[in-house]
Amino acid sequence: MQSIKDRVAIVGMGCSKFGERWDMGTEDLLVESTSEAFEDAGVKSEDIQAAWLGTQNQMSGQILAQAIKTEYIPITRIENFCATGTNAMMDACFAVAAGIYDLVLVAGVEKLKDSGVGFLTGGGGQPSAQTAPGVPPPAQFALAANRYFYQYGLSYEEGKQMLAKIDVKNHYNGSLNPKAHFQRAITEEQAINAPMQAFPLGLYDCCGVSDGSAAAIITRPEIAKTMRDDYILVKGLGLGVGAQQGSLRDYYDFTHFDEAVYASRMAYEQAGVKNPREEIDVCEVHDCFSITEAITMEDVGFSPRGMVKNDIDNGFFELSGDGPKVNTDGGLKCFGHPIGASGIRMIYEVYKQLQGKADKRQVKNVRLGMTHNLGGQPGSFTGAISIWGTRD
Amino acid sequence: MAGITSYGAYIPFYRLGKDTAGWGSPIEKPVINFDEDSITMAVAAGMDCISGGDRELVDSLIFATTTSPYIEKQGAAMVAAVVDLRRDIATNDATNSLRAGTQALRSAVDAVKAGSAKQVMVTAADCRTGTPGTEFDQTSGDGAGALLIGDEGVIAEVIDSYSVSDEVLDNWRAEGDGAVRSWEDRFVLQTGYLSVMPEAIQGLLKKVNLGIKDINKAVLYGPNPRRHAEMARQLGLDAGQVQDPLFGQMGNTGAAYSLMQLIAALEGAKPGQKILVASYGDGADAILLETTDQIANFNGKRGIKGNLEKKRIRKSVGVRGATLKGLDGGGPSASARWRDRESIDRLHGAKCLSCGLIQYPPQRICSRCHTKDQWETVRLSDKPGKIFTFSLDYLVGGVDSPLAITIINFEGGGRGMFTMTDREVEDVQCEKPVEMTFRKLRSSGGVHNYFWKAMPQRFQGAFQGIA
Amino acid sequence: MAGSIRDRVAVAGMGCTRFGERWDAGAHDLIVEAAYEALEDAGIEITDIQAAWMGTATMSTGMSLSEPLRLQYIPVTRIENACATASDAFRNACYAVAAGIYDIVLAVGADKYKDGGLSGLTDGSMPGPGHAMTAGATGPPPAQFAMLATTYFDHYGLSFEEGKHMIGRVSWKSHLNGQRHKKAHFQREVSMDAILNAPMIAWPLGLYDCCGVSDGAAAAVITTPEIAKRLRKGKEPPMFVKALQIAMAPNDGNFNTKFDYMHVEATVRAGERAYEEAGITNPREQISMAEVHDCFSITEAVTMEDLKFSERGKVLRDIEDGFFDLDGGLPVQPDGGLKCFGHPIGASGIRMLYEMYNQLQGRADRMLNPGQPSRQIKDPKLGLTHNLGGGPAGCAIFVGIVGLEGA
Repeated sequence: MQSIKDRVAIVGMGCSKFGERWDMGTEDLLVESTSEAFEDAGVKSEDIQAAWLGTQNQMSGQILAQAIKTEYIPITRIENFCATGTNAMMDACFAVAAGIYDLVLVAGVEKLKDSGVGFLTGGGGQPSAQTAPGVPPPAQFALAANRYFYQYGLSYEEGKQMLAKIDVKNHYNGSLNPKAHFQRAITEEQAINAPMQAFPLGLYDCCGVSDGSAAAIITRPEIAKTMRDDYILVKGLGLGVGAQQGSLRDYYDFTHFDEAVYASRMAYEQAGVKNPREEIDVCEVHDCFSITEAITMEDVGFSPRGMVKNDIDNGFFELSGDGPKVNTDGGLKCFGHPIGASGIRMIYEVYKQLQGKADKRQVKNVRLGMTHNLGGQPGSFTGAISIWGTRD
Repeated sequence: MAGITSYGAYIPFYRLGKDTAGWGSPIEKPVINFDEDSITMAVAAGMDCISGGDRELVDSLIFATTTSPYIEKQGAAMVAAVVDLRRDIATNDATNSLRAGTQALRSAVDAVKAGSAKQVMVTAADCRTGTPGTEFDQTSGDGAGALLIGDEGVIAEVIDSYSVSDEVLDNWRAEGDGAVRSWEDRFVLQTGYLSVMPEAIQGLLKKVNLGIKDINKAVLYGPNPRRHAEMARQLGLDAGQVQDPLFGQMGNTGAAYSLMQLIAALEGAKPGQKILVASYGDGADAILLETTDQIANFNGKRGIKGNLEKKRIRKSVGVRGATLKGLDGGGPSASARWRDRESIDRLHGAKCLSCGLIQYPPQRICSRCHTKDQWETVRLSDKPGKIFTFSLDYLVGGVDSPLAITIINFEGGGRGMFTMTDREVEDVQCEKPVEMTFRKLRSSGGVHNYFWKAMPQRFQGAFQGIA
Repeated sequence: MAGSIRDRVAVAGMGCTRFGERWDAGAHDLIVEAAYEALEDAGIEITDIQAAWMGTATMSTGMSLSEPLRLQYIPVTRIENACATASDAFRNACYAVAAGIYDIVLAVGADKYKDGGLSGLTDGSMPGPGHAMTAGATGPPPAQFAMLATTYFDHYGLSFEEGKHMIGRVSWKSHLNGQRHKKAHFQREVSMDAILNAPMIAWPLGLYDCCGVSDGAAAAVITTPEIAKRLRKGKEPPMFVKALQIAMAPNDGNFNTKFDYMHVEATVRAGERAYEEAGITNPREQISMAEVHDCFSITEAVTMEDLKFSERGKVLRDIEDGFFDLDGGLPVQPDGGLKCFGHPIGASGIRMLYEMYNQLQGRADRMLNPGQPSRQIKDPKLGLTHNLGGGPAGCAIFVGIVGLEGA
């Protein structure tokens, strides 16, 4: 087994404005993100030899061909819940690293605001016996929050305040980002007193629902060199897919997510990262719920087990903090979660930070950036990690 | 000797009572929750009845009710599966009459006497709705009883029985009717109840050559307390001879009423006592039983007494008769449900023969050691459990808001995610004990879809026989 | 320019369930059945698998594979690409191995259709345009593919009887092959008379011109050539991957007036690229056998021309001459095709590869129904598989070529 490290480069990226895009359909969103990516890379759609599309709701890769009118190139559709976008990037990188294609487009898209509901639903799928409890995502993640509070002896007030600080940080970061869905800072009191969705998660502990798309142009480093100076390089790609261990094994503790642990281990090994708390400069994590971000800080090795509250209280993950800057663009909290797009939207932020083009959100001296996705529910996830760095 | 070898009962956890807003009566009335019906209650009574016993010995199950959820589809087959009885048994529904319970008991005794079955489980359940505010609503209750009939380990022998069949329009409910209809009160009583039930009782006493004073306990069907008392007087029974009809606590539970009263009588009975059971509905049944020495050592059941004690009073009347509708209007996939019937109906988990981990639902490949297709079945429905973690969802609950979702760890191993019912918000906490209860999840596409839920542990030991 | 996959990746083990109305088996059971046959065939354990790809049209995420097999946090990617789903899962897995990222991976395809309570696929299986629900206007699949037939008959001056007989013989041949195969859904020969007189579904396509709906799964263990040869030492040889091509049409057939409704352009493109990738110059001569996407008999007929097995407008003669029969010059659908296996979308592409694999290894008679003549093709060297997902006017096409080492 070989590492993917430094074998693939990103030479252009695009990201649509996220939000309630009543004016835009799936194809329009794809056109918006890919046009920016083509322009950024200085290539045309005819130059693309193959594409990978990450989407949860669209069948087959055809929608991308339809939207940007590619001529009979291979387009693969990948779906892996919330890891969809990152997984599409991963398979595209493998094909480039294998030398099959030189210039590949990776796009992620989701149009969620045509469904008429304000939140994400469980999603239909196979005809089934319909005996599984219809548990919406907030209730699934509340399972982790309640057990985390219980295991580490946090009172409701202590736990709730820890989560609120995450909401406040991400909303502040989002207020600096013109592409975010929500661009408004909030206070701790607002977060704590918001209507309860699934105890103990309130409105501001949950990410929103939005439309969006993001895209990347990838190639081999030799070719990237001829295209631009500030391309970025892949350092590690990890994917950990669960198998319901959490419900089948009565010893699973609900206070950590193995899928993310395994995925980050794979990615760190490829990237040669030994001490993520010290080495990672910026990190976009899957804050579908505030508790997810808290637990993820421990899963990916930023905080010791059971200790994330200290780091949160100390502002360690804030733009002005001493640790990895987490969700510098506002995260899912402010971007919402158009499923297929999120992973690539995260890579877009890391790309901009590595290039020093993140404007008001720019972190100093960024060398290594990371993204994290988690799809499913506690006990059964698909987890993805990608690590990116500047060229040496 | 054929007779009763075990019994069990179920009375809903929640009651309407004097502290219930909107009820306006001091009478306590057990009422089904939105997710219960006659099938779920019959299951709970059957689980109590068979607890600590051997399911392998049961050759037949009868389900008696006037409120079957289906017009065409047998209730008994479902109850038998969910209680986890054998597959090669006879099942039968006794229905459409308030006498369905005692008729089922007679059939069961006949089968055992004839040798066609070693043991027969009789379950009876009803949840008849009356118009709110009427006398019917005040005196009726929801509940279920179960009796195991056999010829070994008999606690009460069935001595003899006598029946009268009578065609009269006194009480009825046509297809599609919500509430029971009846003809003028005095006509109903004089030509029906007060003349036909005594006819059956006298017929039985004559047949066995006994007088009414020889009876130690008379279990009498009665539509309400007044008529029940009138019947006792007319038969010449002393107060001490009459089984408490449990009006004001349990109420008239329809087709299950006579059997549930009989169970209450057995709970207080000593060896060698003669018990008369009389029921009414399109005729009358009279059955004579005599308790044996074995009744002195019989225990471990929730029964009527336990079920009446372990109760909660509803804060408000709430929506009565509401069920959760499916979101999509489509029912479950029949073939998918059929394939998973063991894990859905019987709540069977599987224990890996290689590493011993119990997993629910049953798997092909072990989650821990990867052994393929090497399993032993484990029934989880009767096991106590604890809430490992939970959430309370305020978005989707509907009549059940906040929806309590729990991860349950079973005593002895195994885990599952279940919604929690019959609970107050304060019951839903990490490490609180629970038991499993079979409930109706939702009705959609013409299908009543049932599955197990967790509820606060009502009895220590769940359904494995109480201490 | 793009590189080639030729001989860089090999298949060391394969498995395939019996296809059909598998009331006894859920998707998980089907997956276990197929995957374990593949693992046993390759002589490896489930824990040897480093990553996996899952092709399925109906189930979400890679967890649809990790759950039944209880894979422990390894990467599992779910691919969906209309009817090319399974083949594209296979393709993505091959690239990861070719890149050296993983040494041994598993590709599985599966779909369970017979829990829906319907006896046919609905038009809901077609990729939507991403706008409002206007997709229904293009009609259900038989109606869409019937347009290929009506246009083809008209253009080449075939009478209804001539055209109907031509496509009828396609189905007749597939049923004859399917009759010999133990794992087929339909294992029965059907007479030409029955085919020609069957109820009309979408004129001129009758019942036997359409494939059925069934449940099934298939799996492949993919690895490097070195490991494949080591694993199969002393056994039948591994199967080598020669070409993997996808062509995604821009779905403009219904508004581009240049589209002729007599061919599928994406098949032509994918085929040409696959031949180039595999170094094939004369497919009619060099390809030993093929499994193509005969969702309808007319699709198979037209595909023979698109893949250059027959000259344009000349497929009728090849079909009537028996060129594509099991004992013909280029046997097509040696296992009976979609016609006899039905079309559990996620499984079909790998099911086709399974037939190539067994034929290449000389093991085709493992699946022979008792009393039937041998179904083994003589000394095959190269096999082609083809999927068409969508409709004639816009579709995802896969063309893959596999063969023995050095072929």
